[in-house]
Amino acid sequence: MMTWLRRFSPRVVLAVSTGLFLAPSLLASPATLETIVKRGFLNCGVNQGLAGFSSPDAQGNWVGLDVDYCRAIAAAVLKDATKVKYRPLSAKERFTALQSGEIDVLSRNTTWTISRDASLGLDFVGVTYYDGQGFMVRKKSKIATAKKLNGATVCVNAGTTTELNLADWFRTLGQKYKILSFEKNDEVVAAYDAGRCDAYTTDQSGLFSERNKLKNPDDHVILPEIISKEPLGPAVRQGDDAWADIARWVLNAWLEAEELGLTQASIDQAKASPNPNIRRLVGVEGDFGKMLGLDPEWAMRIVKQVGNYGESFERNLGASTRLKIVRGQNRLWKDGGLQYPLPLR
Amino acid sequence: MRKPLLIQIVFALVIAIGFGWAALNVAGNLERQGIASGFGFLSSTAGFGIISSLIPWTETSSYGRALVVGLLNTLLVSSLGIVLATILGVATGVARLSPNWLLAKVAGFFVELMRNLPLLLIIFFLYFGVLRLLPSPSESLSLGDVIFLNNRGLYVPWFFSVPELDGFDFTGGLAITPEFIALLAALVLYTAGFIAEIVRGGILAVPPGQREAALALGLSRTQMLRMVILPQALRAIVPPLTSQYLNLTKNSSLAAAIGYPDLVQVFAGTVLSQTGQAVEIIAITMGVYLIISLLIALAMNIWNERTRIIERGAA
Repeated sequence: MMTWLRRFSPRVVLAVSTGLFLAPSLLASPATLETIVKRGFLNCGVNQGLAGFSSPDAQGNWVGLDVDYCRAIAAAVLKDATKVKYRPLSAKERFTALQSGEIDVLSRNTTWTISRDASLGLDFVGVTYYDGQGFMVRKKSKIATAKKLNGATVCVNAGTTTELNLADWFRTLGQKYKILSFEKNDEVVAAYDAGRCDAYTTDQSGLFSERNKLKNPDDHVILPEIISKEPLGPAVRQGDDAWADIARWVLNAWLEAEELGLTQASIDQAKASPNPNIRRLVGVEGDFGKMLGLDPEWAMRIVKQVGNYGESFERNLGASTRLKIVRGQNRLWKDGGLQYPLPLR
Repeated sequence: MRKPLLIQIVFALVIAIGFGWAALNVAGNLERQGIASGFGFLSSTAGFGIISSLIPWTETSSYGRALVVGLLNTLLVSSLGIVLATILGVATGVARLSPNWLLAKVAGFFVELMRNLPLLLIIFFLYFGVLRLLPSPSESLSLGDVIFLNNRGLYVPWFFSVPELDGFDFTGGLAITPEFIALLAALVLYTAGFIAEIVRGGILAVPPGQREAALALGLSRTQMLRMVILPQALRAIVPPLTSQYLNLTKNSSLAAAIGYPDLVQVFAGTVLSQTGQAVEIIAITMGVYLIISLLIALAMNIWNERTRIIERGAA
């Protein structure tokens, strides 16, 4: 009867026992880039299923904004965006998987906070999606504001910033609440759908995505309040700064490509462009690839194989998808948003 | 005598050195990777809520208190589970041997069903299956307007306080959550299936002459069971029963799947995620389960010893 062990989640236990018995040299290997090139594929930790960010499509391929970031790294580092092995992780497992070296990069709608950055042995490299925590309730409950949730039972995913923000929100208002937290997302949604909770709370993007899993999505409404800042971004293991640099600049090149107007369709003509910014990004001027330990066309391949950030956003979350998420604060800074690619020069 | 002793000492030393090396290795690796370590986190503020607790809990309580809250919830569901599973298991085991054909078959069907389904499936079935059937708080099923049942749980009067609908939910009285009911019911049903077989085996292990002698003395079937068969059967029942009690306690950690705040859900789940100190937390959790299990085993061994002595005296 070992089923009880399963609840400890094999990854956490594995990581702990690895930590106990593995020789120190094996854990502290710093050359992540070399390891990945030798291995031939990137290990990318993603959400187990969050439509628009990372979920398997009808053919079983992983798609989404978080997935596209890993594809961008693979395109830059391995010259092939398909050379990624996705590891679906629960909220609880994600950091241990990164710490233990099971994944090279964590791209799993993860909020960048000081405690995570400073005490978990990892480094965040940027923000792929500016989000905030919201609430969803049943339409027939006639609740129009999150301030009217006094006494409500709220369903959340265990081990998230959501769990803490929720407590803060009710503490600040001096209201009562009951929290019901599940380890897996699907069980949170199932319990809310079964009427066990009055409200369901997570990042607002997650609410849009999970609403489609409910029996009657139209019976539910997302409340206007955003109760927290949730900058979601990828993270790498602490201690390999060269690899962190690659992860950071892949994200910036991905955003910069949008700012420069380079798209998947037009990138082949970009090398002939007179614009020095474009010439630097596609690698005909400057030697930024070499500085990162990559070849000159690393950034160009991101756009060619994955598209720029804006294209990926539209394809996975935008108006043409079921989610229909408005780009809002995730627009580029010049369009009034918060996405501000650092200069590639 | 001397040589074996030396071997024992060397062996113990090797093990001690092995553990010492592992501990140093962990500490070194954690520091190198910049991961927080140590047990200081136990006194930090937790900042999250817990739906049900046997001791007062607020968001400003410490992680150490969260450990106690989780532990008490584990002990609550395990101890109630052990008592109820024993009652149901013994009844089913005896029923399986009943001369009443229908009763024996129903008991047999129950045992086979429970022993051959995965426990997690039973938990999910009871939780989500039953939850969907129950009404919302405003449409609660009620018994005499003092006991209420809805998809938030079962509400019963408790110490002169009667449950009352107030906004989203009932206040007052004692609220028993659906998570607790589903987990307890699943553990009881599942374990009772195994206990029934142990009881049946124990009864069958009593020589048939004992039964015949009891009947010849004119004892009724119930008297025979209670005074002759069961006391002797206990000898064969208690050791495997210990394993079932241990299993039930450990299986209660499946609570995390349906959000019952047990030790694993609260401590090895939420606290682990919020602090990221996996090594310390998993070690504490394993230690706590080990202590609970050893205590159960100890109690059962004492009981086993007693049943044995009584048997010898009677013979």
